[in-house]
Amino acid sequence: MNAQLFGDRSMRSQKSRPAFLMCRPTFYGVEYEINPWMDVRRQPDHPRAIRQWRMLRNMLQAIGTHVELVRARPSLPDMGFTANAGLLHGDIFIPSRFRYKERAGEEIFFTSWFFRRGYRIRPLPAGHHFEGEGDALFVGEKLFLGYFHRTDIRTHILIGEILEVPIFSLELVNPYFYHLDTAFMPLGPESALFYPKAFDSYTLRILRQNIPDLIPVNAEEAHYFACNTVFVGPKGERAEHAVLSAPARRLGKILEGRGIETHPIDTSEFIKAGGSSKCLVLNLGYR
Amino acid sequence: MPEEIVELRGHLIDSLVLPKVLDAIRSHKGCFEIQQMEVGIRPRDPSFARILVAHEDEHKLELLLQHIARYGADAVERHEVEWKRAARNGVFPEGFCSTTNMDTWIYLAGRWRKVKYPEMDSGILLLPDGRSARTVKMFEVRKGDPIVIGRKGVRVSAVESYRPAGEFGFMGSEISMEKPKGLLIRALAKQMKEERRRHRPILWVCGPAVVHSGGSNLFGKLIDEGYVQILFAGNALAAHDIESSMMGTSLGVSIHEGAVTRGGHENHLRAINSIRAAGSIRKAVKTGILRSGIMHACVMHDVDVVLAGSIRDDGPLPEVITDAVAAQAAMRRRCSRGKGVELAVMVATLLHSVATGNMLPARTRVVCVDIQPANVTKLMDRGTFQSVGIVTDVQPFLHELVTELGIR
Repeated sequence: MNAQLFGDRSMRSQKSRPAFLMCRPTFYGVEYEINPWMDVRRQPDHPRAIRQWRMLRNMLQAIGTHVELVRARPSLPDMGFTANAGLLHGDIFIPSRFRYKERAGEEIFFTSWFFRRGYRIRPLPAGHHFEGEGDALFVGEKLFLGYFHRTDIRTHILIGEILEVPIFSLELVNPYFYHLDTAFMPLGPESALFYPKAFDSYTLRILRQNIPDLIPVNAEEAHYFACNTVFVGPKGERAEHAVLSAPARRLGKILEGRGIETHPIDTSEFIKAGGSSKCLVLNLGYR
Repeated sequence: MPEEIVELRGHLIDSLVLPKVLDAIRSHKGCFEIQQMEVGIRPRDPSFARILVAHEDEHKLELLLQHIARYGADAVERHEVEWKRAARNGVFPEGFCSTTNMDTWIYLAGRWRKVKYPEMDSGILLLPDGRSARTVKMFEVRKGDPIVIGRKGVRVSAVESYRPAGEFGFMGSEISMEKPKGLLIRALAKQMKEERRRHRPILWVCGPAVVHSGGSNLFGKLIDEGYVQILFAGNALAAHDIESSMMGTSLGVSIHEGAVTRGGHENHLRAINSIRAAGSIRKAVKTGILRSGIMHACVMHDVDVVLAGSIRDDGPLPEVITDAVAAQAAMRRRCSRGKGVELAVMVATLLHSVATGNMLPARTRVVCVDIQPANVTKLMDRGTFQSVGIVTDVQPFLHELVTELGIR
């Protein structure tokens, strides 16, 4: 699919453009196993991975978003998954504190990228684990935070205090959906996709009580990382575009039924490391 | 019951963390008590809860705590215990942790460990394996012994868990002459049968009134029937028992007629002298000098007897341990550090009752029988709070007990 096709269908509101941070997967590979998707014997096809990433970036630019890049570093194969760099809210950046030492090396490079651009860095104290936007997603002004596999619930309270926003802690019970963004994705101030089997009954209650429009995805779609969709829309409004996993056709129809334009892409090489489109981008707000 | 205090901080209400933790405790068959709760006012304000979590099984409590830790419930008292080496023999280090008679745990090498031989007014000695500890009396301390200091990492079980339950439950703690003694004695008899059925030793602590009041025969029946395995007493009980067996008097008063016998005041001295001449009570029984009475029955039935001396003793009898510290040690070996006495009956003696009460862990059931309500109360005030009092004279008590036990 040619990204140019979308040139004339970009953001209807041109006042401010959403921006994303991405990192070219130059050193990408499955070099360790820190989630059930990873298997060092099942290496991604590197040139193909690069093509898939480029496709994603082109697509995001084509629908009117601004993409910034952070330089990839050797020995950090997962740096392409910039969603885990940290969490940006306004001009405050909270850098991640990775649970696994294999990814901890990324922290300094992401932090310095934000520091050099004048963001206020609010590091978390040692001993806390937090994996950025992978486990922290805003629905309107409410911040939903995942915990258990990667981020600690003890860290949630600190994030709520730093950002001064109401927070909701969601327990992730399925090891295949180890980050919140693998099983939950907001697509507007009042709606979100979710995969019910990734959560316990309490968490489902929290979601139902706080998000009026919840769209469940089925097991098959969830395993294609359908929840890991990048939604793009004007600030504070329902998304207009969805960059989603190609096989999730049923979900694509549902979204289109809600007036969201869908852009299916293939992220199969990244699924081998347990990530997809949304894992490859970090929200930088609107420009 | 093993327990732990945990603290939760965060968005406990909106994120359903509190219900989740409480449900998890329930589903693990534990119990809880919310000791403190502060709810955030604005939606972004965090809430706070302090919860006591308990479980009957220590291992299961550990699993439960691990489970709720994922929700941020952190045990607050989990600090390694602090200790210091004793600088001198017989002297605890400054700031030593003084114990109660309740079950005590210390957090040592990453987990809670129960302190062996719970006993009040002791220190806690860390044992060389690095994973266990026991109580230690001041005089037992040797230079260089690691002794627990402060309260950090030390946990004592709740007093409530020692309130008498079951048959003893109704007795409560109030001492009163108006209490229905019959019910109390029936409950004691039932408990004694239970102890005998389980082959657990019953400890008796007796004063000389057992003899003066004419209860010797009744007590002898209890020994014959296997309801007495350990006997703590003083010189007096043994001396008057032997006097009455050999001469038919107790302090010169005829047991049978109640009249003062001529020259009777010397009787107990003559009796003691005979035993000393024989070498010991045991030898006096073997050689036929002593043919009846409590001490005779004790020898015949191998009752473990400790006779602890006191400052006013006549004689004393050869078995009497006159060194108070040595006597304490002998008693301790048989009760608190022995096979686990679960039932102690203390009859008509204040001194020996308090001494024994001080050694017994709070979980041992204690029944105190005395004609003076003040003596029963005193035992409880001295820390043996779990004791149940029966205010009555000794002989009627023994009579009723023997009847309840179905002994003819």
